[in-house]
Amino acid sequence: MFFGAITPAAAQEEKPSLTVYTYESFVTDYGPGPQIKAGFEAVCGCTVKWVGLEDGVAILNRLKLEGASTSAEVVVGLDTNLIAEARATGLFAPHGTDTSAVDVPGGFSDQVFIPYDYGWFAVVYDSEAIDAPPQSLEELVSGDPEEKIAIEDPRSSTPGLGLLLWMKKVYGDGAEAKWREFSERILTVTPGWSEAYGLLTSGEVPMVLSYTTSPAYHLIEEESDRYHAAAFDEGHYIQIEVAGRIASSEHPDLARDFLAYLISPAAQNVLPTTNWMLPAAETASPLPGAFEQLVTPDKTLSFDPQTVADSRRAWTQEWLQALGR
Amino acid sequence: MAAGAWPLRLSARPMTGSTDRRWRVAAGLAAVAALAVFLGGACFALLTQADAAPDLFALASDRYLRGVVLFTLEQAALSTLLAVAGALPLAVALHRARFPGRGLVLRLFLLPQALPVLVGALAIIAVWGRNGVVSDLVATLGFDRLNVYGLSGILIAHTFFNLPLAARLMVAALDGVPAESWKLAGQLSLTPLTTFRILEWPAIRTALPGATSLIFMLCVTSFTLVLTLGGGPGATTLEVAIYQALRYDFDPGLAVFLALIQIVLTGLAVAITLRLGRTTAGGFTLGRRARRYDPHQGFVRALDLAVLTVGIAFVLSPFIATIVAGLRSDLIALLADPNVQRAAMTSGVVAIAAATLAVLLAAPLLLARQALERSSSSRGRAAWRGLFELSGSLVLVVPPIVIGAGWFLLLRQVTDVFAAAPFVVVATNAVMAMPFIVRILAPALATSAQRHDRLAESLGLFGLARLRHVEWPALKAPLALSFAFALALSLGDLGAMALFGSQDFITLPYLLLQRMGSYRTADAAGLALLLGVLCLALMALAERGFRGEEGR
Repeated sequence: MFFGAITPAAAQEEKPSLTVYTYESFVTDYGPGPQIKAGFEAVCGCTVKWVGLEDGVAILNRLKLEGASTSAEVVVGLDTNLIAEARATGLFAPHGTDTSAVDVPGGFSDQVFIPYDYGWFAVVYDSEAIDAPPQSLEELVSGDPEEKIAIEDPRSSTPGLGLLLWMKKVYGDGAEAKWREFSERILTVTPGWSEAYGLLTSGEVPMVLSYTTSPAYHLIEEESDRYHAAAFDEGHYIQIEVAGRIASSEHPDLARDFLAYLISPAAQNVLPTTNWMLPAAETASPLPGAFEQLVTPDKTLSFDPQTVADSRRAWTQEWLQALGR
Repeated sequence: MAAGAWPLRLSARPMTGSTDRRWRVAAGLAAVAALAVFLGGACFALLTQADAAPDLFALASDRYLRGVVLFTLEQAALSTLLAVAGALPLAVALHRARFPGRGLVLRLFLLPQALPVLVGALAIIAVWGRNGVVSDLVATLGFDRLNVYGLSGILIAHTFFNLPLAARLMVAALDGVPAESWKLAGQLSLTPLTTFRILEWPAIRTALPGATSLIFMLCVTSFTLVLTLGGGPGATTLEVAIYQALRYDFDPGLAVFLALIQIVLTGLAVAITLRLGRTTAGGFTLGRRARRYDPHQGFVRALDLAVLTVGIAFVLSPFIATIVAGLRSDLIALLADPNVQRAAMTSGVVAIAAATLAVLLAAPLLLARQALERSSSSRGRAAWRGLFELSGSLVLVVPPIVIGAGWFLLLRQVTDVFAAAPFVVVATNAVMAMPFIVRILAPALATSAQRHDRLAESLGLFGLARLRHVEWPALKAPLALSFAFALALSLGDLGAMALFGSQDFITLPYLLLQRMGSYRTADAAGLALLLGVLCLALMALAERGFRGEEGR
């Protein structure tokens, strides 16, 4: 393959390599990827090979596309809304890992998928552009159409799917009408979280659908308290990110070890300040003080995975009809 | 290649006109076959992969899908109208006005085609976005800020990319008017209006069907722009819907259905333009301007100045925005970043391979078509000519995203998709560049044939000797331009990369998208500048290098 990386040193060739599918922001230099890789490689005698796809939804679609021929051995970055569909591919094997350390809101326990971090979806706003942020989902939907928000596409991104489910949870059958009303306020629907968040930080839009934890990034990395998450009366939809291993993996033991490492204090310590999500298990050191300033929802909203799997297509279709022409 | 290395004949027997033609047609057919296998294979894979036949009736009555089809046509028609209507006064002014930087302006008008679409989209947002320069201006005047997402943004961006193209095609048509006509117009002191009616309009009109159809097709198949500026389901084109059906919904059946609609639509567009006039799309001349003798002063002069100022500001502003935003980022750190270097290397290799392949495919097609033109034409041959002519533009009908998806599905059954990914991306990029190459090369080839065919025939100049003495000199410069175009297109491509990108295979636009995430907006601006500069520099180099050979 003439485009490939220059072949690593022969010594490295002898080590087994573990292929991990994840989303892009996980594996960039600023994401948790490099530290997790280094940490695991120090103990596993192997090489971790990241494959960074756009988003959790993209990972699921890639797995469907590749089917049994997938080269993935571990998958990091699906969320609880996708696991029923992911399970239905038949590609995953039980994790076989002790998950007693895991503690996520609402509780989550599964034979196949292990939660490694979580966060609540939230509208993050620019306090220099917005004086009176919405206090509820209802205020967001019916607010001033001149004050725009950027959201993500539920077909391509987990935050987009999260908002779709959030609206469905709060409005039920009335969701389509609410989406129609909300569409006046939507500046743009981006394929992924990255593009939407870029619009906020570049000043293109004063609000964006992100996470309650996003302001922590600005507090810690930029020492700025310009961006806040709005707390909504109806409660916030939760995203629990999960990892699993692929049954056809050539290195099932390594894959199992990787999953165990992912919820170990060392790896958990890396996630809050790189992935900007809350740890799903105990961290090696306490969370930075900035995390105490974040919004913690009074009420956590979620659907069970099977309901999401059964209705995702129909609800997405409803969303398309509402926002289409 | 050293001149001595060219064998003058292929066999012991001297080549005759008909053997020469046969060779050329055979080479052309080989190129057509390669294209057919590549495009057809992808379609075949999609058709066979769709698990169940889609419920055509349900799909056809889907309100959202109807909206998509309507929006595709609406935005393409409006974009084309804006580009062509805007280009008309600009081309006339550009041709009429006498000022030192005219060549520079023509060159500037070449740049949007070379600018990666993703970079262009970022720049359009910087200029026209809610936080952009124009919005600031509008806001200080007390109006609402502009909304660049959705139809308005797509129209602005399409106009930015296509208006200069249309203007260049029209200027080329004006350059084609014989010098005597201009002289005569000057001697008769025709008014600007009469000159327009008698000379300029008829010339421009010949370029219109080609320019309009090219731009319409480019807008119908527009992908990256609609994806980044579309703003959601309300502004989705078929091309984007196809991509979404595969990437977002994993629904090959729906993708195939949408691809069929796309093919029918673009096919209709082609048929209509062919009916409008059988002229080829015209070309971009690299030639020098015609000398004009009509008076250029007073009102006309002021008008031209105004038109040129607005036009140049419109085309130039996104470039300035890219530079300004890019310079604010830490370029040195970016350049030193091994990831950036690796992505640049990958992009370079992909682009060079794709451009080479594109030229190698397009040239035989056109030579074969020209060879058939030369022969005592029978009816059957016209069909063959049409085949060669159209196959270069096939990719406008079969969208790159469908090609990519088809090959992805096909390859996963035989090999590791990621190992094959670069090859598919190279081939897709090459095919994407072909419509441009055909339009650059075809006019040059036609002109050369017109001038030299009889002489070459009478001298018995055939085979490689003919290629060397007749076609090569005429095609050298346009080939360079084609190569440069293909390079730039491939460097900036994201569509074909969308399905195939991975940690092992990252091109610059792909990296740019990644950096737009991870809260690294400044890096993205810096990368956009680097990518833009790289594309433009490569293009300038390629163009200059080949022209240098000519000894100009």
